Amino acid sequence: MKVCITAQGALLESKVENRFGRAPYFIIADTETGSFEAVVNPFADGSGGVGPKAANLIIEHQAGALISGLLGGNAKAVLDMAGVEQFVYQAGGTVSDALDAFKKNTLDRVK
Amino acid sequence: MKLAIASGKGGTGKSMTAANLAFTLASDRLVSLVDCDVEEPNLHLFFPSKTTPRDVTLPIPVIDESVCTYCGKCGEFCRYGAISVLPKKILFFADLCHSCGGCTLLCPEHAIHEVPKRIGTLSVSTPLPGLKLVTGTLDSGSPLAVPIIHAVKLEAESDPLVILDTAPGTSCPVVEALEGCDACILVTESTPFGLHDLELAVDVTKRLGIPAAVIINRSDGKDEETLRFCEQQDLPVLLTIPFSREIAAVQSRGDLLCRAYPEWQKAFRLVFSKAESLMEAKS
Repeated sequence: MKVCITAQGALLESKVENRFGRAPYFIIADTETGSFEAVVNPFADGSGGVGPKAANLIIEHQAGALISGLLGGNAKAVLDMAGVEQFVYQAGGTVSDALDAFKKNTLDRVK
Repeated sequence: MKLAIASGKGGTGKSMTAANLAFTLASDRLVSLVDCDVEEPNLHLFFPSKTTPRDVTLPIPVIDESVCTYCGKCGEFCRYGAISVLPKKILFFADLCHSCGGCTLLCPEHAIHEVPKRIGTLSVSTPLPGLKLVTGTLDSGSPLAVPIIHAVKLEAESDPLVILDTAPGTSCPVVEALEGCDACILVTESTPFGLHDLELAVDVTKRLGIPAAVIINRSDGKDEETLRFCEQQDLPVLLTIPFSREIAAVQSRGDLLCRAYPEWQKAFRLVFSKAESLMEAKS
């Protein structure tokens, strides 16, 4: 499955970004192959409506789950509709840390 | 003539100034008082009267999913993120929509039509002979103040003398209210916060090319910094209202300074004639 993690940089060592729609990068990691791709968020500095736009973007990248610190209602509505599960990571670590926690099934699901 | 009352900082006495000016001038001419602070209108408190508010609406899209092919053109076009198109589903977020109509125009299947959505109300009343009060009220939870301000201004568009009470701050609602005005009175108080926001407000009036002047309200007599700024910026100070318990008492019981103490009417008439000459000097 592909998992999207909001990040401050383009690497697995980058810190997890707390915000979803305004995250500078989306790291799309493949949990089966271990490969990953960094997607620049073109909506990071948008004036508004960035949540649903970012949600559409990660759906286009076939993410099946999202890991982020915070998530707005509009973005959640889009992700729910597309069947993308959302998980909260607020421990202040890196993308790798968040991914490990996800794999160990220790992250809370956004309901 | 359109005369705006603005401030930058909130609570400096914009509405007090607008209400007293309108009350005084309405005794011998027609005055339209327009409450452009649609997120918290308060002029009706000074001028209670019966009104029948009417709805202010904006067009929003309705998507017929039996016709929609989920091509995604509308979602791609919408820069406000109000439409999300998924492979087999389309989501519309009314609160993000700015009613530009682009999605309706673009849809190749003509699957979108527009319906009105209420965002607030507008009311017109005549609380005194000679005084027309126009109040706009944005609904709670509705994010767009500007269209209501546009609607209330339109209601007084061709009136001979319009006094507009604006919202505090210097953002879109204030710019919308100020646009097209002939002069602007900035009400300030001699505090660091008052001066800071006065500087921002002056900047806005300059950018909009509207001649401005200042009223210092609640003055404790230590207005040097504000006066210095006004002198530097070539801003006439039209009136200084003292910090006084009597005036505060008039305000808090919903009365008007110029009604409770008619001697103040002379001062407000003078403010108006100075504002008029400000406008004439510009044109």
